[in-house]
Amino acid sequence: MSMKLSTRQVDGVTIVDCSGRITLGEGSVTLRDTVRDLLAKGNKKIVLNLGDVNYIDSSGIGELVSAFTTTKNQGGELKLLHLTKKVHDLLQITKLYTVFDVKDDEAAAVKAFK
Amino acid sequence: MEQTVSYTLDSTLDTVDHAEEKATRIATELGFAEDEVMQISMAVREGAVNAVLHGNAYAPDKKVVLAFERTPEDLVITIRDQGKGIDLGNIPNPLAPENLLKTSGRGIFLMRSFMDVVEIRPSQTGTEVKLIKHVHGSSAGGKERTQ
Repeated sequence: MSMKLSTRQVDGVTIVDCSGRITLGEGSVTLRDTVRDLLAKGNKKIVLNLGDVNYIDSSGIGELVSAFTTTKNQGGELKLLHLTKKVHDLLQITKLYTVFDVKDDEAAAVKAFK
Repeated sequence: MEQTVSYTLDSTLDTVDHAEEKATRIATELGFAEDEVMQISMAVREGAVNAVLHGNAYAPDKKVVLAFERTPEDLVITIRDQGKGIDLGNIPNPLAPENLLKTSGRGIFLMRSFMDVVEIRPSQTGTEVKLIKHVHGSSAGGKERTQ
């Protein structure tokens, strides 16, 4: 299953609902393009909802890092929402879990933006 | 009883997906637990990514050889490329604070995290990566692999 993304706005925050696989190739490129497009349009409060992401490889992890740093470098903020166990475990072993701002509740994630 | 199956694959992104699919199928057929199957398939995917991208650099005339061997104790997976080889003394630690926010460099680390043994060495034609997962108790090896 390839990756699918859709975006919606909640109280000035862009929620990106991701599903499928974030892996080398199409999945990573789709995520990269979406985040860059959001930033270019001035949407700098971004939540990546990964609740339906069932697989991620090292390239996908790299894309999450890239999205996080790109957003931050442009004065924005990016949070992760609803990690599956697989993604949670991967972020733990790569020591990235504490780098990202990870939320379990969408309303709390939206509220957490300054 | 030893069983070996080998595939010669093109240096394409499709090969990465196919390698992962073959690893998932074979590990499942061998009776590995679900989390171990995921670990094996992800390690093979990362090895295939390295072979296709960093080893063969997508060169159409270069191949990736993927082999699975079942021994009484282990599942042994070998991935060979025809690239220029890697400098084993120059692999950054992705967990080092200065590397945490790098967007690449986690493939070998993940392979080592998920497999019991990872050996990387120059081969006659490029780089050979050997990934070994031990068969634990009766949870694996109860089924014969069909090929």
